[in-house]
Amino acid sequence: MSKDNLVEINNVSFGYNKRPVLKGINMAIPRGRVVAIMGGSGCGKTTLLRLIGGQIKPQQGEVRVAGQVVHELDREELYKMRRRMGMLFQFGALFTDMSVFDNVAFQMREHTDLPEAVIRDLVLLKLHAVGLRGARDLMPSELSGGMARRVALARAVALDPMLIMYDEPFAGLDPISLGVIGNLIRRLNDALGVTSIVVTHDVHESLQIVDYVYFVSEGVIVAHGTPEEMRQSAKPFVHQFVHGEMDGPVPFHYAGEDYGADLGLGHV
Amino acid sequence: MFERMTGGLRGIGHTAIDGVWRIGYASRFFLLTLFKSGISFRRFGLTIKEIYFSGVLSLIIIVVSGLFVGMVLGLQGYETLQKYGSEQALGVMVALTLTRELGPVVSALLFASRAGSAITAEIGLMKATEQITAMEMMAIDPISRVVAPRFWAGVISMPLLAAMFSAVGVFGGYLVGVVMIGVDEGAFWSQMQAAVDFRQDILNGIIKSVVFGVAVTAIALFEGYDAPPTAEGVSHATTRTVVTSSLAVLALDLVLTAFMFRG
Ligand SMILES: Nc1ncnc2c1ncn2[C@@H]1O[C@H](COP(=O)(O)OP(=O)(O)OP(=O)(O)O)[C@@H](O)[C@H]1O
Ligand SMILES: [Mg+2]
Repeated sequence: MSKDNLVEINNVSFGYNKRPVLKGINMAIPRGRVVAIMGGSGCGKTTLLRLIGGQIKPQQGEVRVAGQVVHELDREELYKMRRRMGMLFQFGALFTDMSVFDNVAFQMREHTDLPEAVIRDLVLLKLHAVGLRGARDLMPSELSGGMARRVALARAVALDPMLIMYDEPFAGLDPISLGVIGNLIRRLNDALGVTSIVVTHDVHESLQIVDYVYFVSEGVIVAHGTPEEMRQSAKPFVHQFVHGEMDGPVPFHYAGEDYGADLGLGHV
Repeated sequence: MFERMTGGLRGIGHTAIDGVWRIGYASRFFLLTLFKSGISFRRFGLTIKEIYFSGVLSLIIIVVSGLFVGMVLGLQGYETLQKYGSEQALGVMVALTLTRELGPVVSALLFASRAGSAITAEIGLMKATEQITAMEMMAIDPISRVVAPRFWAGVISMPLLAAMFSAVGVFGGYLVGVVMIGVDEGAFWSQMQAAVDFRQDILNGIIKSVVFGVAVTAIALFEGYDAPPTAEGVSHATTRTVVTSSLAVLALDLVLTAFMFRG
């Protein structure tokens, strides 16, 4: 366990209803960095975030956040840890009975004694950062998919957490918002010293903003490295993914098995 | 043959175990809700908001039904009492029937289908759209923040709605009996005042409606919280809320009546 890693995932296996999804994953997320987790649909990226947040327990191995083994925490300790985590859910998960403003203000009101005037300023600041200050009075049902995602992002960072997990932050965004949100993730990270985990399909955008990339396929990590290494990588899987080729040198589902065995699940 | 028999037995055993397990799970949920009720009272605004949703929005259906039921009671009661020449007791009959039985029971049944189903659907959808998980990830306990205020709102609304139902019902009986049929107005009210006992009739009626409020709201909340996070799961849960809580109200009514009005 290195002090420099905020999150460490050690040999974690997990499956829903006995069907294995993750098979011995090892991963390290250094403090203050932006790390991307990429992989095909259904490969278990959201599941990984759930494990880090302590929503589910690994069947084998352990997840450590700030040195603590997540699945060994009791409820109170887990809640204490979660107060310092922000999570952007893949489908937004905005509270449908509250306005955009109240959604972002929710945690501030629940967890702090800040006066309403201060909360107002903070909420408007967060909404301004995602370009939706003018939408504060709308209800979630009145938002477009991309707008909802940006509100959810503002809500995830409302309390300036130490760890932010973004599940598909770029899905459903137009090219302009996509660039803005990408920059926002990067800036939040650098300005506040946050550690960020970005789960995404968007290779092009994420390779520009992240420090490190993990590729997951068939429940194992098939490749990892800096964006530059990934761009240069000769590994067929990575090449295929980075360049978005339909027919890679190795057919997609075959590739996973091969590399899984190849890498021996160990080192990372 | 033997295989088939044991298979059947095993099936019965499974169903029984599932049933018991579910009751245990529901009881635990109920106790947790009680245990985590602090916020509902410390921040009473949260509960008030839910009283508005489940209580105030049920008002119309309660008032309209109460009026109809009271009017029917007036008609039927007059028919029967008149045979024995005691139509002046109509006020007593209407008032007792409403405060003791129909007020609490019918308003609870209406509450189950109006507010109970809405609570289940709302909680179920919150779960299906990960709002409950999101709250947990924000280190906010959904039981104390979402479930408990709705529970207490139901428990507080129910007796008020039942009282409203009975009051409007008595007025309906008065409309039909006194205004339309012509029963003596003085006798209608004075006999009612003399015969309806606060402790025996009104208080017991209130106790009943509080118990029904607890049962209906707890069932609605549990079904919502336990619903599979899919459209189908939520719709099944909503149906179950109405069926289970209506049956629970009728069964509890029998038990409570047996205890309250034996003598
Ligand atoms: N609650 C659940 N119950 C059962 N199986 C599940 C559940 N959630 C996910 N799965 C299964 O686990 C696998 C991984 O799911 P996960 O949501 O982690 O994928 P993902 O990598 O996030 O995919 P996507 O990119 O499409 O969001 C999938 O095959 C899915 O079918
Ligand atoms: Mg996902």
